[in-house]
Amino acid sequence: MTSAALNIAVLYPDLLNLYGDRGNARALERRCTARGIDALVTAVNIGDDWSPQSADIILAGGGQDREQRRVQADLQRRGSALRDYVDDDGVVLAVCGGFQLFGNHYRGWDGEIMEGIAVFDAVATHPGPSVSRCVGNVVALWEGETVVGFENHGGRTYLNDGQDPLANVVSGFGNNGGDGLEGARVDNAFGTYLHGAVLPKNPHLADRLLQLALQRRYGSDAPELQPIDDRTARRAHAAALHSALSTRDSRESRLGRRFA
Amino acid sequence: MTNRRVRTNPRLAAAVLAGKTVRWAMRSLGSGGTALPGLVVERLHPHAARQLASRLGDTALVTGTNGKTTTAAMLASILRADGRDPVIHNRSGSNLLRGVTAALVDAASPLGLPPARAPAVLEADEAALHSIAQAAPPTVAIFTNLMRDQLDRYGEIESIARRWTETLAHLPPDAALALNVDDPLVASLEQGWDGPVVRFGIEDDAVPDAPDGDISDAVWDPTTHDDIQYSRRYFAQLGRWHTRSGRSRPTPAVCAEQIAANEHGMSFRLSIPDGHADVALSADGLYSVYNALAAAAGAVALGISSKPIARGLEAYQAAFGRQEDLSIHGRRVRLLLAKNPSGMNQALRTLQRPGTRHHLLVLLNDGIADGTDVSWIWDVDWESQAPYCRSLTVGGRRAADMALRLEYAGLPAPAAPPQVDVGRALRQAFDAVQPDDQLIILPTYTAMLDVRQRLGRMGATNLWDAAA
Ligand SMILES: [Zn+2]
Repeated sequence: MTSAALNIAVLYPDLLNLYGDRGNARALERRCTARGIDALVTAVNIGDDWSPQSADIILAGGGQDREQRRVQADLQRRGSALRDYVDDDGVVLAVCGGFQLFGNHYRGWDGEIMEGIAVFDAVATHPGPSVSRCVGNVVALWEGETVVGFENHGGRTYLNDGQDPLANVVSGFGNNGGDGLEGARVDNAFGTYLHGAVLPKNPHLADRLLQLALQRRYGSDAPELQPIDDRTARRAHAAALHSALSTRDSRESRLGRRFA
Repeated sequence: MTNRRVRTNPRLAAAVLAGKTVRWAMRSLGSGGTALPGLVVERLHPHAARQLASRLGDTALVTGTNGKTTTAAMLASILRADGRDPVIHNRSGSNLLRGVTAALVDAASPLGLPPARAPAVLEADEAALHSIAQAAPPTVAIFTNLMRDQLDRYGEIESIARRWTETLAHLPPDAALALNVDDPLVASLEQGWDGPVVRFGIEDDAVPDAPDGDISDAVWDPTTHDDIQYSRRYFAQLGRWHTRSGRSRPTPAVCAEQIAANEHGMSFRLSIPDGHADVALSADGLYSVYNALAAAAGAVALGISSKPIARGLEAYQAAFGRQEDLSIHGRRVRLLLAKNPSGMNQALRTLQRPGTRHHLLVLLNDGIADGTDVSWIWDVDWESQAPYCRSLTVGGRRAADMALRLEYAGLPAPAAPPQVDVGRALRQAFDAVQPDDQLIILPTYTAMLDVRQRLGRMGATNLWDAAA
């Protein structure tokens, strides 16, 4: 193995860019560079001539409802190619609005249905404008480790039978505030409601995406991910845990929700 | 003078007295909070604000994402320059209905009567505009801009725009709107409004375009759903815009030309329908020019002429913590409040003076008043600060998140690990600052209150009187 390289594609970065999601590509890029792995980040915009086959990792962030509606038709056009990519063990991280668009469909509070690309066997519904959004710090357990982030979504996601969640909620709402599940996982496709951005302060999750992508691309020749100095990232993880779990914070956010 | 007979209302008077007592108690305890007296009065008398406001004279409401506090302070300064005293004004960002109630209580006599016909400048949180406009019907409503702010509290920008339009239907029909036409979302408010409109904006081809990576929130036209296109874009979504369907930025009647930055702030030529004036602002950044224009447009709607407008703007001193210059033992300190990406990008831009390097103290809290979501720090162009930063210290409850973001941005590594404790972070930052150096402090709202109190105890001079 001389030098490894990964292609990272970011879907619609101008439209799906809420709450720091652009930090996810930066985290992957940085953790590659620190290990001598070349990372090439490409933006995919509406109408672009692009094939998922050229990617090792695909990222989709969250957007406001209107922006999600704008990308939806373009994403539909790429639906079967993206499903093939996931069937072929392609790595995906879809956050919030991106997570909803990668599910079966999203039903807005007006009843209007926005078709997804059905990577995840999940349905999102918006309970109506009078029901409060799911907002706040989240801690979830993923494979025995904590993942942290910030959620802000009006829609509630429900997983169909047989669809695995990504993680279990320790603190926060997660997919719908009811069943204690957070996100979804199909093969190497990860869906989540966590912003923050999620990857910079969850270095173990970022590294898992990189590892899966390297294994898929290089097979048994895949390089090991060497440990790097990521004390700053782990401190940020701890600070987010502290904010989410301290009682003061949860009391504050309850008050905030009541007065907002 | 009014010849309306005003009967005192014992219940209102009792509520006002209780509010004043709470305010007095808080002051003697050295607490800076301003909402509690208003909350107490609201509980005792639910319509207190409306009754107290019924005796007001000209009333200006200032709303929008960024610049409310500064715009309101500038307009109050203009009213004073025009000889209209006393001006009732909810200071220090207490811009929900209870903050307005507190300001009215403060100005009221113990019998529960505010000074008759006193002019009021009221800052209204963009989500509280409706309730405040109901309680205190405005003579002019000033809209500064609508940008991505603390969406964790309110949902999405579009729903705020929709609520504003609903509020307009309940304003007095002869109220004036002062609208920032460089913001396509604000400019569209005049559709469906039959009353008077004062449009303001920048008319200067020499203003540089926004650097790449500056975020824009309004990418579509709220009425036609077309893409917004720009021939010039100054920052965020502000600029000279048009749509394919032929809507374009209206020409402003109140505008700034010949804008220049200097050692002390910004200078520009102000045009209003009845004349011109040269203005030298003691505040930095293009956003300060927008705030001055918003205040000037409000003043025009109240019938004030160009001379007192210019005098009022020049007399304006940066509002509480928004932008303050202090001196401590020969070291210069600048405090710049910012709590969202466009505000922070603008604050950072004022620091980029070729050949200068400063010490930076960034304080990130995640209380309700700061925004509990700190992910916005990933949307700020910190990378642009790297060449201007000599030393870096980070503090606050989410200091660790900030340290991570700034490490990504390539800023110098902090001398010490991130400090949750603001006092410790401040001491660390000062350790690196030599006499004659400048320390720049970038706090979120609650961190600003905290650091300001500590600076006062350290003997900082030129602080705004917190009890004012
Ligand atoms: Zn979200």
